[in-house]
Amino acid sequence: MDLLIPEIGLVFWHTISFLLLLFLLAKFAWKPVMKAIGERERSIENALDAAEKAKQEMARLTSENEQLLKEARAERDLILKEAKEIKEQLLKDAKDQAQVEGNRMIEKARIEINNQKAIAMTDVKNQVSKLSLEIARKVLNQELADKSKQEALVGTLLKDMKLN
Amino acid sequence: MKFSHFLTSKKIGILAFLAVFFTFLNVNAQNHGQEHATDSAVVEQVETGHHDSHEEKKFDINTFIFHHIGDSYEFHFWGHGENWTGLYLPVILYTPNGLVCFSSKEFHLNDDGSVVVEKAGMRFAKAHGKIYYAAEEAVHGSYVHHEKNDKGKEVVTNTRPLDFSITKNVFTIFFSVALLLVIFLTVASGYKKREGKAPKGLQSVLEPIIIFVRDDIAKPNLGHKYERFMPYLLTVFFFIWINNMLGLVPFFPGGANVTGNIAITMVLAVFTLIIILFNGNKYYWGHIFNPPVPWWLKPLMIPVEIFGIFTKPFALMIRLFANITAGHILVLSLLCLVFIFSSLAVAPVSVFFVVFIGAIELLVAFIQAFIFTILSALFIGMAIEEHADH
Repeated sequence: MDLLIPEIGLVFWHTISFLLLLFLLAKFAWKPVMKAIGERERSIENALDAAEKAKQEMARLTSENEQLLKEARAERDLILKEAKEIKEQLLKDAKDQAQVEGNRMIEKARIEINNQKAIAMTDVKNQVSKLSLEIARKVLNQELADKSKQEALVGTLLKDMKLN
Repeated sequence: MKFSHFLTSKKIGILAFLAVFFTFLNVNAQNHGQEHATDSAVVEQVETGHHDSHEEKKFDINTFIFHHIGDSYEFHFWGHGENWTGLYLPVILYTPNGLVCFSSKEFHLNDDGSVVVEKAGMRFAKAHGKIYYAAEEAVHGSYVHHEKNDKGKEVVTNTRPLDFSITKNVFTIFFSVALLLVIFLTVASGYKKREGKAPKGLQSVLEPIIIFVRDDIAKPNLGHKYERFMPYLLTVFFFIWINNMLGLVPFFPGGANVTGNIAITMVLAVFTLIIILFNGNKYYWGHIFNPPVPWWLKPLMIPVEIFGIFTKPFALMIRLFANITAGHILVLSLLCLVFIFSSLAVAPVSVFFVVFIGAIELLVAFIQAFIFTILSALFIGMAIEEHADH
């Protein structure tokens, strides 16, 4: 039965040793160790959270970039379209203006031509009247010489005048 | 009760089975051993009082085994008789004449009470690994007398002084305390040096175990209040574990059967009991003094509940003691096969089984530390559990 009877000496020494061990380890080992482990776990958790956040942020930025790119592309297309429109407008305007100008110039030319024509006609008429007067004078001169001849001449001249 | 989570794992289940198996095996061995030890060989030897060569030749396995698993005043390294090599440990006795200290060398390794040491006017003799006040007269050359008690067993009639000697077990306790301090102060300094960084060396070996104690023992049983009990649980766990392992080392400074000694397991169990009693909340005490049973059952239940306070640590005490002692007896018995058969041919078989059991004991060393700690945590958890209904 010796095995089953606790020895007072062992109980005494073990109580003291164990309490001492408990005190020393609790104070100088378990406290810093548990604290360090807890802190590291927290920091790892935080790091993981941060990584997750960074990932999300990255995704957000990427999608934002894409959005921006899309917008930029759309804007570019718009600008191009507008430019095209402006170009077309310009061309059209220029064409129209050219048309108008051309028409105006043609009109002007026509007027000028008419004017010139009128002037020329006046001139011709003056010439004709001058010629007529000359002829008349010549005819008169001839008439004065030969009445029949004068008459014939006046007749021809007049015929010519008509043709003119 | 939250036992289920560690029975779900198949591996742990098998280990638990093995542990239980060896507990039973062990208890048997112990009973046989004790009866024989006290009945026959040892006492006979002492009574006859002469250790002649004829007696020494006859190898007494019970004496051998119980000498090894018991305590002693010397730390034996190797050799016998003239070639005995070992450490004589100090004897400290508390007597009516004050403290008496002397080296155990003065007994000249005598263990049958035939050598008397006189100190402070008192005479001491050592028999069966214990120190007694020596009797006036020697009987059969021994100053330690025996008498048959009612059960027919030989008991020593001499009285004993209060014995505070630094025995083999006390020495090993001191050694393991020092070892634990060195190990864990080193580990703690590692945490200070490499703050927030990955563990290194010893630190990385022990950190998973510390986290295991925290996450698998403390947290599931103690809930959010686990932090208060962590120092105790960790200390108990590592103390038991390291002493279990030291017990498996067959030579100095191991070999002492510290956790297989009832005094040690008793002190540890008492610590758990004290923690339970000081931390038990009103639900715990309410359950004991006002159990939720019909009124006429209360006179029966209250004593049962009060008894229950003490059975839990008692079970802790016996479980650890029995398991570790069993392991030691098993290993030693297997080794003794060589001497029983008096043949070297048995040695390979014997060694094979010893290695096999040794490997299992290595597991048992961990499991018993784990079980003691988890049951302590469980009992504390039951005492601090917050619940209105039951």
